Amino acid sequence: MFTGVIVSIVSMAGIGFVLSLILAIADKKLAVKEDPRVEEILEILPGANCGACGYAGCAAYASAIVSDNAPIDLCKPGGNKVIEKISKIMGVQSESVEPKVARVFCSGGEKETVKDKIYTGIKTCAAADMVGGEKACTYSCLGYGDCVEACPFDAMYMNDNGLPVVILEKCTGCGECVRACPRGIMQLTSYDEVVHVFCSSRDKGAVVRKICTAGCIACKLCEKDDPTGAVKVIDNLARVDYSINKAPVDSIKRCPTKVIRIADPVPGYEDLFDNMIERNRKMVEEIEKAKNQSTKENEAKKKA
Amino acid sequence: MEVILIFISAVLVNNFVLSYFLGICPFIGVSSRLESAISMGFAVTFVLTLSAAITWLINQYILIALHVPYLEYVAFIIVIASLVQFVEMYIKKTSKAMYDALGIYLPLITTNCAILGLALFGALRQYTFIQNIVFGIGAGIGFTLALVIMAGIREQLDLADVPEPLRGPAITLILAGLLALAFMGFAGLISS
Repeated sequence: MFTGVIVSIVSMAGIGFVLSLILAIADKKLAVKEDPRVEEILEILPGANCGACGYAGCAAYASAIVSDNAPIDLCKPGGNKVIEKISKIMGVQSESVEPKVARVFCSGGEKETVKDKIYTGIKTCAAADMVGGEKACTYSCLGYGDCVEACPFDAMYMNDNGLPVVILEKCTGCGECVRACPRGIMQLTSYDEVVHVFCSSRDKGAVVRKICTAGCIACKLCEKDDPTGAVKVIDNLARVDYSINKAPVDSIKRCPTKVIRIADPVPGYEDLFDNMIERNRKMVEEIEKAKNQSTKENEAKKKA
Repeated sequence: MEVILIFISAVLVNNFVLSYFLGICPFIGVSSRLESAISMGFAVTFVLTLSAAITWLINQYILIALHVPYLEYVAFIIVIASLVQFVEMYIKKTSKAMYDALGIYLPLITTNCAILGLALFGALRQYTFIQNIVFGIGAGIGFTLALVIMAGIREQLDLADVPEPLRGPAITLILAGLLALAFMGFAGLISS
């Protein structure tokens, strides 16, 4: 019996030793030289494996850049710094990607909204959305924090009012929260977009008034107050056309529910906001000048 | 004659996936696209054949010779794992195209119970060396067959109107059950 133990130990150890020897030799003899650039790029990438680039992870993206000539500007979390470094390694020039930050397009938390149902199911937005959630508004934030869960950078939390908050200095704009939200409340915005409509409801004003005190009621006051024509109410929801004007600050003055407002700037990028507001001021001035001129001309015509 | 019987038995009658229910993980996991199913089937056949040869030698000249056949589980597992690792290195060195084609499937196969099952069946049935290799090839082709049939059906399934709660893994498992039932039809083919 004792010999049996020894034989089995020795034979297993022998097999193990021989196999590991073979593998160790093979590792040296059959080593394939990987492009050292893959390793270098991998070190530069953020390493969050968020998948925003469309590859399986940072390692897959790094090898795709080197061997498959993948574009080097796909890493959104890394932003321009990473692109610059990669372009140095690869010797490629690239256009910079516009940095983005996620924002929450719903202002209807616990205090503002009316609840007309009780939901006792699984506490995730994805599940709650299938049956409609607790709030009466079918466009509102469900409040179970799927976006917070999805954030790979710990850049989100739920506030006391049951709404998610994005910590702007931590947000990299990878878009995981956008994909996680079943109602499309999380959206990526550019750093220089100043005025936003923090509501997603496309219900009619009368309906919104009944169920939420912080929703867009499509009263069109913002549309009237903005001389640049960037703010338009479409489908019962005010929208800002950022290709025309990124800071139509006049439009926010009379909003009865304060749902169109100046967003918090990303820390360190406040000057982008100031630039846009300055640009808006000039646009408004020009428009007013043109208006004055045309009224004068009209008056002159009338007199004539 | 014996060899042909073993082959047909491994491919159809005692199909590893559909009648022994070995290697269900890749069967469900890699059968969503026909292309990847064929790659996977090819890789599994390759590894099955190789490991059939190696494990037979290990079993015959080490385990049985030393009178320690009860070590077969441990021995086979480490032999198969190292074998797959070695093959992966070798392919990576010699044929980049083949390495890319097999891709992630090779390391996945290491932990495939169909491979261990083959080694254990071979030892249990006391096949000769040639018989064991034919058994390995047959099992691999049987695995590929099951995988390809499954992938073909699942590609059609994408277009079908499956009831909401059954979508995804549920309908796949039902399908696997029906396929297994269909393969039961081969049971009378070989009397043993």
